[in-house]
Amino acid sequence: MVETLVQNIVFGLLLGALYGLAAVGLSLVFGVTKFLNVAHGELLMLGGYVSFWLFNLYHVDPFVSLPLAALALVVVGIVLYSLLFSRTVKMDEEQKVQTTMLIGFGVSLILQNLAQRLWTADDRSITTAYSRMSWTLFDIRFPIVRVVSMVVALLLVIALQQFLQRSYFGKAIRATVEDWEEATIIGIDTHRVYLVAFVIGAAFAGVAGALVSVGYSIVPSMGLEWTLVCLVVMTLGGLGSIIGTFVGGLILGVAQALTAFAVGGAYRQVVGLLLFLVVLAVRPQGLFGVKEG
Amino acid sequence: MNRRDIAFVVSALIIAAALAVVPSITVKESVINLLVLVYIYVMMASSWNIIGGIAGQVNLGHAAFFGLGSLVSRILWTKGWPLSVSMILGALVPVAFALIIGAPSFKLRGVYFAIGTLAMAQILFITTRNLFPMISSLPTEALATYSLAPRYYVALGMTLLTVLVVFWLSRSRWGLGMVAVREEANAAESLGVSALQHKLLALCLSAFFAGLAGGVFAYYSAGYYLFFPFFPTWTFDAVMATYIGGTGTVIGPIIGAVFYVLVKEILALRFVELHPFIFGTLFILVVLFLPGGMIQIWSRLRRLFRRAAPAPSEEKAMSESDMVHDRPAVE
Repeated sequence: MVETLVQNIVFGLLLGALYGLAAVGLSLVFGVTKFLNVAHGELLMLGGYVSFWLFNLYHVDPFVSLPLAALALVVVGIVLYSLLFSRTVKMDEEQKVQTTMLIGFGVSLILQNLAQRLWTADDRSITTAYSRMSWTLFDIRFPIVRVVSMVVALLLVIALQQFLQRSYFGKAIRATVEDWEEATIIGIDTHRVYLVAFVIGAAFAGVAGALVSVGYSIVPSMGLEWTLVCLVVMTLGGLGSIIGTFVGGLILGVAQALTAFAVGGAYRQVVGLLLFLVVLAVRPQGLFGVKEG
Repeated sequence: MNRRDIAFVVSALIIAAALAVVPSITVKESVINLLVLVYIYVMMASSWNIIGGIAGQVNLGHAAFFGLGSLVSRILWTKGWPLSVSMILGALVPVAFALIIGAPSFKLRGVYFAIGTLAMAQILFITTRNLFPMISSLPTEALATYSLAPRYYVALGMTLLTVLVVFWLSRSRWGLGMVAVREEANAAESLGVSALQHKLLALCLSAFFAGLAGGVFAYYSAGYYLFFPFFPTWTFDAVMATYIGGTGTVIGPIIGAVFYVLVKEILALRFVELHPFIFGTLFILVVLFLPGGMIQIWSRLRRLFRRAAPAPSEEKAMSESDMVHDRPAVE
């Protein structure tokens, strides 16, 4: 009994790391540009398929193809940004959020149906030679693929945090978040900052999707669920806190695992949404966020 | 009522009367089925438009109202309750739900309202899918006597009711108050227009007619999964039809819904599932470049022709009276 519980929590943490990774991407985009890209889940789905097809057609190891999944999503991100999202840059904030949300819905509809037509509605996952291997510690299983995925997610999130804290461009991004007008005055190209933030967000979604296709499974209609997961985690973690968002992902993963353990797997999605509503009502700035104003 | 208002009501009645003749001149069931689908979509888009267009609160949980309405009506009706009572309760239960979720969700600012309502609808969707995983089909004796005509008239009548109420609302003090709250909530409050009251009323009316549409669906369908009306697609379809037609206007959602269903069905005959691309693209184009929807094309053309003719003073007077009608929701 206790072992099953601990095992559930471990699985929850491992999945939660991917929630965190995906949500950090969405949170970065929303924090910097105020674009609410609700097609984030579909970008994740695309990343999963890139990795899946590279493995199936050319036998590229899924962990080797991670950079390629990221690259593919960088391209998709550039196209989406310059074709659609860049047109909303000049709007005031509230209108920008709403317009980009509606654009995102259109994009998600198109991408989901494109994936369904191209690759059918079947569940897919990558099965490598090492897929079934796992480490065991005190009778608790740690599937290798998922553990490595968690490490990759953690490394990427730390790398992003360091990039924002230390690099010149990272500082430009943070300056734009604080006050884009001032940033423009001191010579920061805010359009480029927006583009880079958007593209990094897309790349994070791509990598997360690729990791999902190894440890779990992907399907064209997965987008909405993942977008909601990212929104929930973003709200849990609080805007502007990269590490907070990642921890939010872990919390959601564990909460889902405990729900599945207590009332059954059918309600695992519900707990996240309830958590989201409660946090919105009680602490709109998120668990780790700083209150605005 | 001024002359334009009377013209609207009269033409709505004439169109409804003309549509009422359809079952007696055609025996093709496909035509009747298509029209019933059009009516359900008109009800869904028009009811979404009350909260999303007129009051300007993007509600992404509309499917919850539709689903609750169909669930309540279907269960009561198949248990032997009279159809009318089942449908009225099917419309009132979503209103009760709207009253419960309304006040807390309107505390959410802007986009969090949209996501919050989507989250609530998804919770309801997943829960009903777990509680009612079965197909609800009519008993055999009911199936043997299943007839399309009464279902057609109920759908048509409810649609007419929805459209007329939305029209009345858009002309009423309450409707103008909703527009004021949408455009500038603080200014409206300072003039004594309570934002919360107006938003709540808009949400309740929206829930009522979406629930009624659910009742129509429950009465019309021979068999379906009870959770099917809770699918988020019902929300997205209503939102897209409304935007494509023209949000915040009375006619926009109707045109949008008719266009949406017709194009969807025609495409479905020739290609498999091509409509999501077309509507997705069209929706994005409307959001970015034509915030007034198809209605805006019409009023732009009209203005263009007016400009060619003299009498600019009349043009100004007319366009002011169009405030509610032709105003794009997003500028």
